[in-house]
Amino acid sequence: MNSTENNTIMKTKKDGKFGFSFDNQVIVFALLRTSMIIVVMSIAYLMYDIISKGIGAVSWEFITSMPRKGMTEGGIWPAVLGTVYVTMITALASVPVGVFAAIYLNEYASKNVFTRIIRLSIRNLAGVPSIVYGMFGVALFVQALALGSSVLSAGLTLGLLTLPVTITASEEALKTVPISYREGALALGATRWQAIRTNVLPSAVPGIITGMILGVSRAAGETAPILFTGAAFYLPRLPGSLSSKFMALPYHLFIMSTQHHSIDKVRPLAYGTALVLIALVVAMNLTAILLRIHYRKKLRG
Amino acid sequence: MFNSEERIEINVENLNLYYGKFQALKSVDIYIKKNQVTALIGPSGCGKSTFLRTLNRLNDLIESVKIEGSITINGEDIYDKNCDVVTLRKKVGMVFQKPNPFPKTIYENVAYGPRIHGINDRKTLNIIVEKSLREAALWDEVKDDLNRSAMRLSGGQQQRLCIARVLAVEPDVVLMDEPTSALDPIATQKIEDLIRDLKKKFTIVIVTHNMQQAARISDTTVFFLNGEVIEIGSTELLFTRPKNPKTEDYITGKFG
Repeated sequence: MNSTENNTIMKTKKDGKFGFSFDNQVIVFALLRTSMIIVVMSIAYLMYDIISKGIGAVSWEFITSMPRKGMTEGGIWPAVLGTVYVTMITALASVPVGVFAAIYLNEYASKNVFTRIIRLSIRNLAGVPSIVYGMFGVALFVQALALGSSVLSAGLTLGLLTLPVTITASEEALKTVPISYREGALALGATRWQAIRTNVLPSAVPGIITGMILGVSRAAGETAPILFTGAAFYLPRLPGSLSSKFMALPYHLFIMSTQHHSIDKVRPLAYGTALVLIALVVAMNLTAILLRIHYRKKLRG
Repeated sequence: MFNSEERIEINVENLNLYYGKFQALKSVDIYIKKNQVTALIGPSGCGKSTFLRTLNRLNDLIESVKIEGSITINGEDIYDKNCDVVTLRKKVGMVFQKPNPFPKTIYENVAYGPRIHGINDRKTLNIIVEKSLREAALWDEVKDDLNRSAMRLSGGQQQRLCIARVLAVEPDVVLMDEPTSALDPIATQKIEDLIRDLKKKFTIVIVTHNMQQAARISDTTVFFLNGEVIEIGSTELLFTRPKNPKTEDYITGKFG
């Protein structure tokens, strides 16, 4: 009798809703937990590996001095500075265009096929491989606009790469601004642009800034787009103008770990470079978070 | 024909409004008298809010809206091609259902309207802000710290701030879309007292769900049903001796 009872239970468990299926929360929780552990562990291992092997190489001198003896000794100052410069140009190029495009899409564009095509294009732009941006940058900025292989060309190319992120983040930020802020202003006789400028944009600034920094910090780590548009293998001088070539951290890392004539010897330097690059990106992301908190507090009063 | 207190400020003739194919307002004829409170009542979805928003052309923002007929305010056709929407909205202010202070200071909320209309002189703004807050019966509660964020005020204070913000642009007409539906009874009473006071200076059109409120504060009442005006008349008469049986059914609570 007992065994038949057991059998029926087994049977209902197998066939029924509460049997072995995704409705079972124990299984789902286990899956969620495993995924989370995989994510955290990979990041933790990555960070451990880079920090443990790179920390020995990093010092204030490493960051602020020029490479010496065919980059087997010395620091990475030109690469740090090059990345900072190119990132600034990226931000200057992509943020205004991104914000204005987002304002157009969210506030002015009517909901028709044309707008849908624009949105679809932006989403697709985000999926274009970065090497394609690199080649496009060569064709447009370096050659057609004759800006040459330079900080400017590379910055603009990265600006294009960041554009989908900036537009999407800005649009999302604008969407979270309550419709009542717009109606309230319009009902007082504000023009649409006045309502946006004085009432909508200030509330969207935290989101826009966050999106901007996240986009730009991704660009700071890109190698392919700057490969042919302005990054140099090695330069004895710091970039002096917008038309100078420059060294950049990600490209420098690539060289130190795959292209250098004595790779084993410079391995610690490569790890040091990786650590500095990661620290830079993390610092930017942290800034984004802090700014967001600051503005949120300010808006809530 | 009318004495000065009975002058008609807004005249609506044969107004039809469509959202796409759906007709939300059907040949609406309404007159709104100067320095009176006109209440628009009716069940949800009857078109009273839609109608209110035709008076400051806030429906223009919705793409699929089509409007026929005429609305004149002080003799001017507000749907005329030459009518400037900005000027219109300066003259016809609006208070919304949910208090919608901007995420700025109390001062900046009230100064917002004057500023966008080009007043930047600090002294003039100070005068306008104080006057408007006094008119909205909020001055005494906030005068000590005008630089506080408006988001920190209570719901009722926020709504009076929104009224002050409207008054600061010196409108002729103030539209109110269920201004007390999100407020508690005490805050509601304050707003109702305020409305009674404000009609001395302004013409007020108020949408309300609450028939007692309409009876308490309005001079004229309009009863909407399914996009049509069923009855319009003096509040006293409409609530005591309604002409239309549908009005009677609604005010006696048979539906709604």
